[in-house]
Amino acid sequence: MIWQPILLTLELAALTTAILLVVGTPVAWWLARSGAWWKEAVATVVALPLVLPPTVLGFYLLMLLGPNGPGGWLASLWGARSLAFTFEGLVIGSVLYSMPFVVQPIRNAFEAFGNRPLEAAATLRASPLDTFFTVAVPLARRGFLTGAVLGFAHTMGEFGVVLMIGGNIPGKTKVLSVAIFDYVETLQWNEAHLLAGGMLVFSFTVILAMMTLEKRVGRTG
Amino acid sequence: MMQTAHPEPRMEARFQGRLGAFALDVAFEAPARGITALFGPSGCGKTTVLRCVAGLQRLDGRFALDGDVWQDGSIFRPTHERPIGYVFQEASLFPHLSVRANLLYGHRRTVGRGVVETIRLDEVVELLGIGRLLDRSPQHLSGGERQRVAVGRALLSQPRLLLMDEPLAALDRFSKDEILPYLERLHEVLSVPALYVSHDIAEVERLADHLVLLRDGRVVAAGPMQELQADPTLPIARMPEAGVTLPAVVTGHDAAYGLTALDLPGGRLLVPGHLSAAGTGRRVRIAASDVSLARQPPSGSTILNVLPARIVAAELQDGVQVMVVVALGEDGQGARMLARVTRKSWDALGLAPGQPVFAQVKGVALVQEAPTDRSGR
Repeated sequence: MIWQPILLTLELAALTTAILLVVGTPVAWWLARSGAWWKEAVATVVALPLVLPPTVLGFYLLMLLGPNGPGGWLASLWGARSLAFTFEGLVIGSVLYSMPFVVQPIRNAFEAFGNRPLEAAATLRASPLDTFFTVAVPLARRGFLTGAVLGFAHTMGEFGVVLMIGGNIPGKTKVLSVAIFDYVETLQWNEAHLLAGGMLVFSFTVILAMMTLEKRVGRTG
Repeated sequence: MMQTAHPEPRMEARFQGRLGAFALDVAFEAPARGITALFGPSGCGKTTVLRCVAGLQRLDGRFALDGDVWQDGSIFRPTHERPIGYVFQEASLFPHLSVRANLLYGHRRTVGRGVVETIRLDEVVELLGIGRLLDRSPQHLSGGERQRVAVGRALLSQPRLLLMDEPLAALDRFSKDEILPYLERLHEVLSVPALYVSHDIAEVERLADHLVLLRDGRVVAAGPMQELQADPTLPIARMPEAGVTLPAVVTGHDAAYGLTALDLPGGRLLVPGHLSAAGTGRRVRIAASDVSLARQPPSGSTILNVLPARIVAAELQDGVQVMVVVALGEDGQGARMLARVTRKSWDALGLAPGQPVFAQVKGVALVQEAPTDRSGR
């Protein structure tokens, strides 16, 4: 029983991180390279979850994903009534909630190396797409590493948004943080200790591993 | 070596536009062969011109290399579709790739896609002396080594035009002296034409065949280097180190005195040391301040090189000195040299254009080993 929320959380975090790397990278690239005057407005929207109370974000997400929002319309395509209180809804919420933690480090990394390597690649006949994959991404690999780890860890710890849009459905939306809350509520201290302690060890390991890895990547890059 | 059907391929460039407060309006033509230097003081727009040729920057204008139009009106070929090699002021090697992978980055995208290979990796490695660096990371190279790799990387992309933006400016004196001989060798061995941006006249004189003088975003003069050097009205003749570089051929040696004889168009020079074998070409530099003029052949002088010449033109400089252009040979048909004399001497000797004189050359600097017949390459 105790493994179910753990596996669910890992699945959610992995899926969210993967989606964010795919979706967040072009966003980070555009924010780093574009000269558009409104790009800082977009950057602000991306950064909003950093300061917004999770319940506020969760509330709006509930409106969006519910039967009367666009999420409800989307869900109707495969015969469901709503995206709220589903795993899919949780993934959408997590992607938005963890977006700044992935986009910001990647954007910083893209900005750090400036234009010169890209110009050099262009003079060596590399097309923009070729340059992106053979020069920009390798040069920004520290940013990708940091973004992926932060996005993964942050999704694992999310609570407020999950509670608002996911509720507490075992095997579907009952993730770690909610499970701990549940165990405490029902005075199952042993289980709460196990999960909380596990999270503590996990978080420590993640951050330590990231710092060590960053140092190593930094030395060869 | 690359051969073009056209007997005298040329490049033509015209760019105009504003960059903030700076207005650029340049137009020049140059032979698409040998090294053409874009020379001028800092901020005159020479790097901008080079970036426009590369397509890294877009101003209105036109660029064509041997009839191949890269930019004209709405035509604008993006940088990655132009057959160029670009050497930046800082080497700009890819830090995540080894030296070998850097060298092959452009090669894979040209030769790998069917472009004819005119220069191979082993040739570049040999030419630039970078064999022992191949498996290293660019971060562990000295500034001079990095720049040599950058030149090699540009060459291996099989360019039809090499663009070099002050490749030596970021280096210390020691590294510069280390690289210059390599650049001179490239010049001798390769057929690829180059545009070379520099604000260092000594560098330009060692390397360039053709010169485009820029000032404040405009072209002051353009032409073969020897022609521009011997024009007393141009700003380069007003520099303290003004002089000419001339093509010379080793004709013999005086073993007893340890001298080498060099033939110039219209005259012969003796210089100390046993230089290369007879028949080899050397580029020599003669500074205007090392040449004095006499109306009679001097007797009892220690100056070895006294060449009959004829005054072609003269230009008064800052009221005190006169920059005199002389043409070697009694008939005045030979190479042109500059002589900087005082106005007092000019008046005292009653010198005037058209007069026969004797040019006394106090110093000759050997610039490089150069093939005698450039057009034959």
